[in-house]
Amino acid sequence: MKVRAQIGMVLNLDKCIGCHTCSVTCKNVWTTRDGVEYAWFNNVETKPGTGYPTDWENQARWNGGWERTKSGKLQPKQGGKWRILANIFANPDLPEIDDYYEPFDFDYDHLKSAPEMKAFPTARPRSKITGERIEKIEKGPNWEEILGGEFAKRSEDYNFEGVQKQIYGEYENTFMMYLPRLCEHCLNPACAASCPSGAIYKREEDGIVLIDQEKCRGWRMCVSGCPYKKVYYNWSTGKSEKCTLCYPRIESGNPTVCSETCVGRIRYLGVMLYDADKISEAANAPEKTDLYDAQLGVFLDPNDPEVIAAAQRDGIPQDWIKSAQESPVWKMAMEWKVAFPLHPEYRTLPMVWYIPPLSPIQNAAEAGALGKDGGMPDVSSLRIPVRYLANMLTAGDEAPVASALERMLAMRAYMRSKTVEGVVDVGIAEKVGMDQRMIEDMYKIMALADYEDRFVIPTTHREQVEEAYDIKGGCGFTDGNGCSTGISKGSLFGGAKKPLKMPSEVM
Amino acid sequence: MNEFFFGIYPYIALSVLLIGSIARYERDPFTWKTSSSQLLRRKQLVVGSILFHVGILVIFFGHLIGLLTPIDLFHALGVSNEFKQTLAVVAGGIAGVMALIGGLMLFHRRWTDPRIRKTSSFADIAILVLLLAQLILGIGTIFVSVQHLDGGEMVKFMTWAQKIFTFRAGAAAEIADVAMVFKLHLFLGLTIFLVFPFTRLVHMLSAPVRYVMRPGYQVVRSRRNPAE
Repeated sequence: MKVRAQIGMVLNLDKCIGCHTCSVTCKNVWTTRDGVEYAWFNNVETKPGTGYPTDWENQARWNGGWERTKSGKLQPKQGGKWRILANIFANPDLPEIDDYYEPFDFDYDHLKSAPEMKAFPTARPRSKITGERIEKIEKGPNWEEILGGEFAKRSEDYNFEGVQKQIYGEYENTFMMYLPRLCEHCLNPACAASCPSGAIYKREEDGIVLIDQEKCRGWRMCVSGCPYKKVYYNWSTGKSEKCTLCYPRIESGNPTVCSETCVGRIRYLGVMLYDADKISEAANAPEKTDLYDAQLGVFLDPNDPEVIAAAQRDGIPQDWIKSAQESPVWKMAMEWKVAFPLHPEYRTLPMVWYIPPLSPIQNAAEAGALGKDGGMPDVSSLRIPVRYLANMLTAGDEAPVASALERMLAMRAYMRSKTVEGVVDVGIAEKVGMDQRMIEDMYKIMALADYEDRFVIPTTHREQVEEAYDIKGGCGFTDGNGCSTGISKGSLFGGAKKPLKMPSEVM
Repeated sequence: MNEFFFGIYPYIALSVLLIGSIARYERDPFTWKTSSSQLLRRKQLVVGSILFHVGILVIFFGHLIGLLTPIDLFHALGVSNEFKQTLAVVAGGIAGVMALIGGLMLFHRRWTDPRIRKTSSFADIAILVLLLAQLILGIGTIFVSVQHLDGGEMVKFMTWAQKIFTFRAGAAAEIADVAMVFKLHLFLGLTIFLVFPFTRLVHMLSAPVRYVMRPGYQVVRSRRNPAE
């Protein structure tokens, strides 16, 4: 057993209102620079839809993530190491910027500088790449916002696999949900595996996946390697960039910008302990429907004395173990089993998990005749097909998703009974395999969602690994070479080198 | 004049290449990159880039081995001058035409596509022009070479290159009487060495051969277990 800690995230889709505050605050902090105008480290998609970049979920087209070969070996779907190197002159799986969208701005100045005219002046769009006029904007980062566009196009959504989708194009049967997406900070990241330079790494202490900007050479294999298309090539600097999980905030115990600013309070951050020795086996489970369970098997129970002893042996700080015991992510993923990984079939073992949304019962006309399961509506009659959610969250296995939805419905029924009728109906909890304490805890964390319950983030113990004195007079974050002390151990041109301790490779 | 261009200039060019590359790699690793523009426009890149790179690699290693291997070693291996000359003309010719077609496609794309043109630096365009000119000159030398397939001229260049690399005097004199097209080709080649550290060409020095030697696929970094 090799215990490591990871900051995981859960998004409660049941409460997402699709306001894009996460995307906008993220963009303002991280991607307002040249070359990444088109990049959204966090974006919110309306589902069903083909998403951003278009059709990203379809790995038959993009070859992202991993595949289990016929001989049972796990390798990146875009090819093993030799294959990746053979494609280095032209990457056949790389999206073009038009698959995201051509970034644009508007001629706002024209609004005040236009001469007197008969018609109101307008601000027309201009490309942020060439500066030339765009006559018609054809695409944007949330082009299918609230089911925009015709169903024929949106229904190419990969999650319709195995669903009779025609009826959902009819007005009466239509359904929608929001899917906010960011880097999954995977346990088995395909981007890192695809990087020929070895510039992408996972941090041992908190599991955050980062790109070393000085080591990245722009071979762009990570962009095609990531099945979530969450690594972006900066066309201006020629380096790839991605979500950093706001690591400077996480290190100081603060939630990420997207989580902090979430209006619906849908985001949770917490520590998960996992067994690094089990990763390759879990990612290589024979059947894709086994992958969800396999990933659950990688996580370690932070209350198990054996795990605690092993964690201490492996250098996990005490407050991290304590945080793992209080982790909302652990509770939702492991205790209540209401949160699921996004597309486990990509075999990346993602660490940003989702609670599936409840939805209105199928049809008002049918409401009277609706299948009711002892006071609770039957999950199969929810407007969003369970199969659709299962395709997204459990590689098509409907049972775990149905169980999660039942538990969420049970929580509502239990609390309604308790607060409206004043009756504590333990039977409701028991019917879905929970008890009174669990269901009330679930209500507290998922429905009330206090700040302290949502974010249980221990600070990083930099003091154990570096001298604060060495960092004094440092220049913080800059874009480019501002902080670089060079890469050699000694100084080329004499003088003492700043003894900054950079993380070094351990695996 | 001949002494300067082919006796002294090579050392200037190679020194700038060496010191410039080290300084850039050490002091500004953030700028060390391929500058791929595939994201902005895929059209013409896939075929153009593959033709160009494969052609250039064949030419590069052909020149490297052909010029710097001692002539006696070739003889010991039973490779006659005539055979070597013919091989160089045929293989170099094919690779040169490949690289030229690919390079012209890339240049057309870079010059006419507004996205690529707008995001190109002066160095991006200039180095492509230099490489294309060098390819044309290189292919031009073939027409001279086929007139003397005995390999005598070729041996002059080998001697010149080996004298330069072993710091022996009289290198320039070896090639004093070769055809002008060769001299231009040599001069432009040395100039490309000179500007190498200031262009995107540096990416060839970080060809990711270490990737295939990486144990497994994943990279994990830690502050706790420093390598030292």
